[in-house]
Amino acid sequence: MTADPPAELDVVDHIQQTLDSYSQLGYDSYRWAHEPEPAAFVRPTKPLAESKVALIASGGIYHQGQVAFHHKDDTSFRRIPTSASTNDLRTSHFAYDMTSARVDPNVVFPLDALRSMAQSGTIGSLTTHALTFMGGIYSQRRLKEDLLPALVDEIAAMVPDVVLLVPV
Amino acid sequence: MCHQSVGLIARHLEFLGYPTTSLSSSWVITASANPPRAAFLDYPLGHTAGRPNELQEQIQITTAALGLIDTAAGPGQITPLPHVWPTEWKTKARKLSDKRTERHDTPQYERPADELAAAESP
Repeated sequence: MTADPPAELDVVDHIQQTLDSYSQLGYDSYRWAHEPEPAAFVRPTKPLAESKVALIASGGIYHQGQVAFHHKDDTSFRRIPTSASTNDLRTSHFAYDMTSARVDPNVVFPLDALRSMAQSGTIGSLTTHALTFMGGIYSQRRLKEDLLPALVDEIAAMVPDVVLLVPV
Repeated sequence: MCHQSVGLIARHLEFLGYPTTSLSSSWVITASANPPRAAFLDYPLGHTAGRPNELQEQIQITTAALGLIDTAAGPGQITPLPHVWPTEWKTKARKLSDKRTERHDTPQYERPADELAAAESP
């Protein structure tokens, strides 16, 4: 564990909840990823106001015209042009309530916020594309062997200074 | 699951030399996956970057997450954001029920027209 939540926050324990729910349904217990080792930590080389930001989001966002995600450990990803109209963005995911995201995809894919920030100078710029996938991938092996190398190649090609990740 | 996937991706990108920062609405999953930096928004799942049609709030939240690139002292810190969801939601969120829909292995389109558009795309 990195950090315990402050008690006053009274956070919802999604891990315990899944374990309880699976046990009640008679499913095998799910082994959540637990990474006790501290992550790598890279200092930025330039101020945020000069940085090119890449967005990666796991909420199952696709652009109208693209193939939607399927929900059985789909390890594919989509390139979403950061010039896209949010009216053309859709969501496809099995594990969260998409009601708000289908009203405004920015709730899980803050593209309008990032564009405003680029315009106001809070950040330098955005990469040409954002990357999206359907994060409900049970198999950590498939995540690491299939999706991760593909995302790494995409990120390497866009050369961002900073990467912002938005899960659901 | 999404929070886990994103945590593992963030760790790997940082390992490769990219400064990363994440949003989170699940403290326990993010803490377990242990990404380099995370801003915690205590909202119901499905609103990791703010409430719908609240652009100013979405900007505040996104700015806070990116700000951690400059302010975080070291890896593994989760920074709570001050935003409070306007109504009580945790009672329902804590109810034990399987909230997932069936996991189909064919593309699941938001709108029927999208399937047609995808078939016509080069």
